Amino acid sequence: MALLNARNLVVLATFALLALAPAYAAWVETPFYLDLGRRMMILAIGALSLNLIMGFGGMISFGHAVYIGIGAYTVGICAFHEVTSGFVQWPLALAISAAVALVFGVISLRTRGVYFIMITLALAQMTFYLGISLDQYGGDDGLTVYAPSDFAGLIDVDDDLSFYYVVFVLLALCLWFSQRLIRSRFGMVLQGARQNEGRMEAIGVPVFRYKLTAFVIAGTMAGLAGALLANHTDFVNPEMAHWTRSGDLIIMVLLGGMGSIAGPIVGAAAFLLLEELLSGVTEYWQVIFGPFLILVVLYARGGILGFLSRKDGGDG
Amino acid sequence: MLSVRDMETSYGASQVLFGMTLDVAAGEVVTLMGRNGMGKTTTVRSIMGLTPTQGGTVVFDGARIDGLPSYRIARAGIGLVPEGRQIFPNLTVRENLVATAHNRLGAARPWTLDRVFDRFPALAARAGGMGSELSGGEQQMLAISRALMTNPRLLILDEATEGLAPRIRAEIWRCLAELKADGQAILVIDKNLAALARIADRHYIIEKGAVVWSGSAAALEADPGLQHRYLGV
Repeated sequence: MALLNARNLVVLATFALLALAPAYAAWVETPFYLDLGRRMMILAIGALSLNLIMGFGGMISFGHAVYIGIGAYTVGICAFHEVTSGFVQWPLALAISAAVALVFGVISLRTRGVYFIMITLALAQMTFYLGISLDQYGGDDGLTVYAPSDFAGLIDVDDDLSFYYVVFVLLALCLWFSQRLIRSRFGMVLQGARQNEGRMEAIGVPVFRYKLTAFVIAGTMAGLAGALLANHTDFVNPEMAHWTRSGDLIIMVLLGGMGSIAGPIVGAAAFLLLEELLSGVTEYWQVIFGPFLILVVLYARGGILGFLSRKDGGDG
Repeated sequence: MLSVRDMETSYGASQVLFGMTLDVAAGEVVTLMGRNGMGKTTTVRSIMGLTPTQGGTVVFDGARIDGLPSYRIARAGIGLVPEGRQIFPNLTVRENLVATAHNRLGAARPWTLDRVFDRFPALAARAGGMGSELSGGEQQMLAISRALMTNPRLLILDEATEGLAPRIRAEIWRCLAELKADGQAILVIDKNLAALARIADRHYIIEKGAVVWSGSAAALEADPGLQHRYLGV
């Protein structure tokens, strides 16, 4: 496989654009680009995490945004109770997301296919309505995060540029971690089980445990995206965990390339760019985006990176 | 080593095994023969826990394994080469072998990647290629190698030579003979009586889900009527 093929170039270009976005935003004096880039990267972490279970494990979760919501609410609720230390908030967000993913995984991974989709959707909606019922924390209206996560001067999350590069580094780390995980024996088992679970079990692999571990890792990573999102928006609301947000994550994965490690990053960037461009054309931008997505699914299976791989001669 | 007693298995309302009984001792090569649809693959699936049994017992190395999940049965030391090869086409050859390797610490002379590649040089040459890119014969070698990488005390092969070119078949029989010489216990299902006769210590013939004859390779060879009646030879 050539190192500098079209798909690797697109991934590198995406990272280069994200790295240079703050300079461009400063040059054109449009802080919005900084905001857009940061949002892209946060959602890319969420999409990367979904790709671990969906793209490599065949677990199509329609409730993955729940963990983003949990991560965000953990930061929001901590701040509400004046616990602003990021050293407390962020690990707590990850731990609670992991714990909820463990419980939801134990329940949902007993099913497969459409039943798995339905059960993750049901659990997600249950969590969404739990968020609405939290009147103390704003209920349906959400909760403003008045104080950003405080890292005792080590990182200034309140500074737009510092926070931008914190998210950038975390995205790069999540990508590195995903790559290591998928290329490990654990990742091989996950991919084999996607193909045929029974076959994998018959050779001595406790597939349920592997899938549950992947589910918890993905939930934890999405919880990190939630903690970042709460600091990005200074606001949390139950909508963050709504099933339509999970649908957005699925679209990002499909758009970038399901089962391609870096695909979700390209997918998240493409999704938000298209959203920005098309919403400038019409309020009902989904009317244009929908047919575009259908074309991608029909004619560019494997998403943008899959399409580029075929152009390169099929590697990857 | 393996002792199956009065095993009964059904698919819904349709019973397939009616009191299946067989034994495999350590270091022994035993065959399970019979016409198509008599319950050979169901016997293997039932031993491996892939199809639930309704009655009887399966004991392996002194411990009951019937009712256990299939991964625990495999971990106990039974390696399966399933019918139809069933490799993982979305993994490379190397990944197919590494992903499921285990039980190495308990084995006197464990199967490692190097040992497998020494035994099947064709796989070594395709180590980085995807499973889906292999020929039928290479896929079968990979399926056998994958089972060996679990360092099984008992190896079960279900129709391992079916649909393969004569040259590949010969290679697989040669491999099984080597394994036998190393003391590997093997339960093999196949239709090639001549090849089986060369390596097997004992045969079981099953008809309608139950053993109708068992005996030595010499006894089966000496009875053409038996071969004709149950095996259609």
